[in-house]
Amino acid sequence: MPEELHEVRLVVNGDAYDVRLPARRLLSDALRHDLGLTGTHVGCEHGVCGACTVLVDGRPTRSCLMFAVSAVDCQITTVEGLTRPDGSLGPVQQAFLECHGLQCGFCTPGFLTTVTAGLREQPAPTEDGAREMVAGNLCRCTGYTNIVRSVLRAAELAGLDSARPPEAGG
Amino acid sequence: MKPAPFKFVRPQGLQHALEALAADPGAKVLAGGQSLVPLLNMRLAAPSTLVDINGLPDLDAIAVTDEGVRVDALARHADVLASPDVRRVQPLVSLALAHVAHATIRNRGTVVGSLVHADAAAELPMVLSLLGGSVTVMSTAGLRRIEAADLFAGPLESTVRHDEIALQAFFPALAAGEGVAFTEVARRHGDYALCGAGAVVRVDGDAVVSARVGYLSVCDVPTVVDVTEAWGSPDAAVDVALAQLDPVDDIHATAGYRAQLVRVLTRRVLQEAYDDARSRRA
Repeated sequence: MPEELHEVRLVVNGDAYDVRLPARRLLSDALRHDLGLTGTHVGCEHGVCGACTVLVDGRPTRSCLMFAVSAVDCQITTVEGLTRPDGSLGPVQQAFLECHGLQCGFCTPGFLTTVTAGLREQPAPTEDGAREMVAGNLCRCTGYTNIVRSVLRAAELAGLDSARPPEAGG
Repeated sequence: MKPAPFKFVRPQGLQHALEALAADPGAKVLAGGQSLVPLLNMRLAAPSTLVDINGLPDLDAIAVTDEGVRVDALARHADVLASPDVRRVQPLVSLALAHVAHATIRNRGTVVGSLVHADAAAELPMVLSLLGGSVTVMSTAGLRRIEAADLFAGPLESTVRHDEIALQAFFPALAAGEGVAFTEVARRHGDYALCGAGAVVRVDGDAVVSARVGYLSVCDVPTVVDVTEAWGSPDAAVDVALAQLDPVDDIHATAGYRAQLVRVLTRRVLQEAYDDARSRRA
């Protein structure tokens, strides 16, 4: 018997996607396979590594621990949604680039989403605060030193962003 | 990795949810899913129906009164942890919640879901047991209250029936003269604890009139031990506790190591809860 498919509307990075998928399709797989948004990486698939972290209504959430059919009525933000409107890198992405906060890059999307939300709650973290912010994300390359630097740099860049007057006519 | 197929129901009303559960003995409630979905992904569980209650209205309240803290089924760990009222009325709930996994998991996981998942290695079942709280469940037959002492039947097994939804948990307030403490040892920050302990100590003046310790990740179910009679001698308190505990031996820790952690953590939480009681009196 073919598996029952559900029609769901997922709102990701502000765009609505209408998809038909089985109930057991994890949100992480739906983002990658059904929507083609392969920025979200799938690591451990049981909520431990943090690579698949996306923002659900602004809050970091493991997309491997949610079914896509449960993600209706939510605003989802993936790493693709962290760029500025003109397509250039957002402050957290820019900071990871400047501080070498990644090597192989597999875990990076999870860090970027987690830190984006973390800086909203804690705009000027201490070094300990930065470590705590990324405590739920595993990186096997960097040893975290440059990631912590990146978080602190991202806080500076985001602070400059919010201090800048809005552009006229924009 | 993907779970085995299941029938998916996303009810818009409580009655619909209860009927869906009653219709299938293999049905399971999906709330936060932070414990259930890993079990599904690893195919350690394969329910025939999932009833997703995340769309149900008015089920995410956190109500704090002088009597205690009432947490509804869809209140997330992060929201309960962030509540200053919860921290004021029953600080043990907040202390323990800070140890529940990582912030990202707490954003989605629910307090009530964690209780009825009944993992002996989880923090909240022990806290509910130690405080003598309860869970209110509902089926098509009506409401029923389950006291914490009757809730935990075994590892990952609660006494909630397949056709019932746990609607609310109740944690009694900190009483006058009481102090609390919580501590645990885990291999890594955010991991399940190898052993954890919480304490409620009640003082009258300088005298201790009651001292109870709850343990998680020691036995198959959260276990509470009254050590009031042994107060005054930490060694005696540890002996009383170990006499009532049967530490489990598993891949994470030997029974002997868990017993050693019980010795260390019992002393620590009793002292901290006593200090907390005295500081609140001041």
